[in-house]
Amino acid sequence: MKKIEAIIKPFKLDSVKEALSEIGVEGMTVSEVKGFGRQKGHTEIYRGSEYTVDLVPKVKLEIVIADDLEDKIVAAIIKAGKTGTIGDGKVFVYTIDRAVRIRTEEEGEASV
Amino acid sequence: MKIRRKMALLATTAGALCLMVLGAPAAKAESKPKATPKVAKTTPKAAEEAPKAAVEAPKAVEEAPKAVEEAPKAAVEAPKAVEEAPKAAVEAPKDAAAAPADAAAAPADAAPAAPTPPQLPDSTATAANGGTGLDLSWPQPGKLDPKTNVPTGETGIDSKGEKTIAGDSELVKNVAHNKVSINMVWTLVTGFLVMFMQAGFSLVETGLCRAKNASHVMATNFMIYGLGMIGFWICGFAIMFGGFGVGPGGINVQPALGQGILLLNQEWSPTIFGHPFGLFGHKGFFLSADVFDTAIFTLFLFQMVFMDTTATIPTGAMAERWNFKHFVVYGLWVGMLPYAIYGNWVWGGGWLAQLGQNFALGHGAVDFAGSGVVHMCGGMIGLAGSICIGARLGKYGKDGKPRPMPGHDIPMVMLGTFILAFGWFGFNPGSTLAGTDGRIAIVAVNTMLAGAAASIATMITMYLVTGKPDPSMLCNGLLAGLVAITAPCAFVNSLGAVLIGFIAGVIVVFSVFFWERTMRIDDPVGAISVHGICGAWGVLSVGIFANGSYGQGWGGVHKLFKDGVWTIINNDGAKETIAKFVQMTGTDPKTGGWTDVGVTGILGGMFGSTTGGDSSQLGAQFVDVCACAIFVLGFSFAFFKLSNLIVPMRSKREEEIEGLDIPEMGAEAYPDFQLTHRTSPPVD
Repeated sequence: MKKIEAIIKPFKLDSVKEALSEIGVEGMTVSEVKGFGRQKGHTEIYRGSEYTVDLVPKVKLEIVIADDLEDKIVAAIIKAGKTGTIGDGKVFVYTIDRAVRIRTEEEGEASV
Repeated sequence: MKIRRKMALLATTAGALCLMVLGAPAAKAESKPKATPKVAKTTPKAAEEAPKAAVEAPKAVEEAPKAVEEAPKAAVEAPKAVEEAPKAAVEAPKDAAAAPADAAAAPADAAPAAPTPPQLPDSTATAANGGTGLDLSWPQPGKLDPKTNVPTGETGIDSKGEKTIAGDSELVKNVAHNKVSINMVWTLVTGFLVMFMQAGFSLVETGLCRAKNASHVMATNFMIYGLGMIGFWICGFAIMFGGFGVGPGGINVQPALGQGILLLNQEWSPTIFGHPFGLFGHKGFFLSADVFDTAIFTLFLFQMVFMDTTATIPTGAMAERWNFKHFVVYGLWVGMLPYAIYGNWVWGGGWLAQLGQNFALGHGAVDFAGSGVVHMCGGMIGLAGSICIGARLGKYGKDGKPRPMPGHDIPMVMLGTFILAFGWFGFNPGSTLAGTDGRIAIVAVNTMLAGAAASIATMITMYLVTGKPDPSMLCNGLLAGLVAITAPCAFVNSLGAVLIGFIAGVIVVFSVFFWERTMRIDDPVGAISVHGICGAWGVLSVGIFANGSYGQGWGGVHKLFKDGVWTIINNDGAKETIAKFVQMTGTDPKTGGWTDVGVTGILGGMFGSTTGGDSSQLGAQFVDVCACAIFVLGFSFAFFKLSNLIVPMRSKREEEIEGLDIPEMGAEAYPDFQLTHRTSPPVD
């Protein structure tokens, strides 16, 4: 089992979600997050004065899937989430040790 | 102040017209029966013309006398066969006007509590005026019943000194009563509109502050309504308007709202430099029984909501760091003293209004609806408060550069701005205090034009300076134009209004930058720039753009112009001034071809004045601005410094960081949302 964690631009959430459901992803967890990367935020103007927004709003997707789907899903996220400009986000892949479905107590790939 | 000399004309005209109508049938009784049908036919026609003329009268001062001239014509047409009738009809207006001449003397006596009994036309008055047979007094209304403000119909007296037949004076009564009623309803309804501006102010100020203080900022805007009002009721109104009825403005407002205005007759005015200097009024504390009168209560409502506008301006300049307990003390103070004292000088008949009479500075300080009295005054209090309370924590970094603290709800700001712009239709047109004054149309259009021009000017300026037209700055721009046009709205043409607004829209942008960057005075909503600076600009702009078409007799000054010659006389309503004028010039001011010129600015000639510009008016406006800046700023500074010793102005540091909603008010504005303070800069 793998967990795929993707941090993407908020307005790309819908297209990424759609691309993932097309290849058979049945569940995901989405959270609104803030952060910065190499660019260190960006500046905005209010009443004529510039100010820096250090923490830029992003969306974090978490999906746990069977091992064989990993490459397909990563590719789909990259394709749907890319704008080509600074701040498109990142994808991380983890190995999952154990997973349990609480209602049925099923374990392993059957639970995800 | 809002002088309605033409109102007086209306009453006189209506009275005269009615006499025309009545004069004909009265004479008819003595005439040959042969003429009867003819007269009966034409009389209704004349009767129809009477209300028509009454409606037209407010249009322009010049038109009213014309209507008087036309009326006898109509009457003359009717009883051609009857010899006596036309004669009686022609004489009638003389009598109608002579009776009010007595009324004119009444204000000078200042004894309205004991109104003089109805008097018959004084034949000596005509003789004293050179025996021309023309009435030379400034028009004044007929007598009103002091209790009900209903005209007593004294103008319904025919040439032989006999009361006209029953029913005749009923018509006069009804016309005059309707006039007062229309004015009263107009003043009250526009006052209600101005009251709604409180909602606009609360939305603008709260939207421009951060979410963690939203309840607190809203609460200051909410409570100022009650606190200020009670303060104004206790003594603010008495100080501001206690001597209104005997001042240069009151004599002329009295015919608009009723004779009750004359009850306000106590002004303390010491003599300085040989001239009377009205400093404050002192009658009408707690609106007590001696001023229990419909006209005065109408005036109170209208002026109270204006005071509340002033009072709510500093709550924006001092927002997000103001100890609520200190704010309560401020709320009472602002309703009681600073606005009332300065307001008395300009509107209550005080020394700024008297500048024309005392020092020949135009018509004295002219401020139609309060660019100075309301807005600049509020801006100056806000400036003093901002200096005394200091900047918000984190507003200025260690390098001294200002850090933006973006408002949390821009749509709220823009909605509030629209509510204010709507309320301004009460603020400016209502300041005529008379719905029968046709000038309200010009005032309303000028007001909207200036606001629109200013918002466009701000947009262009912001594009050029920063590249983006910040929405909150656009709102400041629209308000800046409305503030600026408030003083000159009745005196300028539409081009003047657009220019005044446009310039205000540019001024406000640089003013915001100046106070924030150069002076390092923290004003979260731009109140000092919008109200203080653009208010000052508005007051000065009267002395620049006014074109002389309105404000004749304001400040008690009549500037008469004929063939390049100016004659200036001070009008206190007394007959002697007119006699003096006749003596001086050998002509009668009304029939001698003289033009009574209104408030004129230095560039008046370029904006429609036929008599050229007048630099003395700009002098009066300049004195007004200086008086406001020095007195209001100084007085407020002293108040904030002193009251700070009793109740601290500033909220506690940790409470300000956390947000004032819970620690001071006990209620969050948005409890269901997690506030992240995304844009709050670090606190040093």
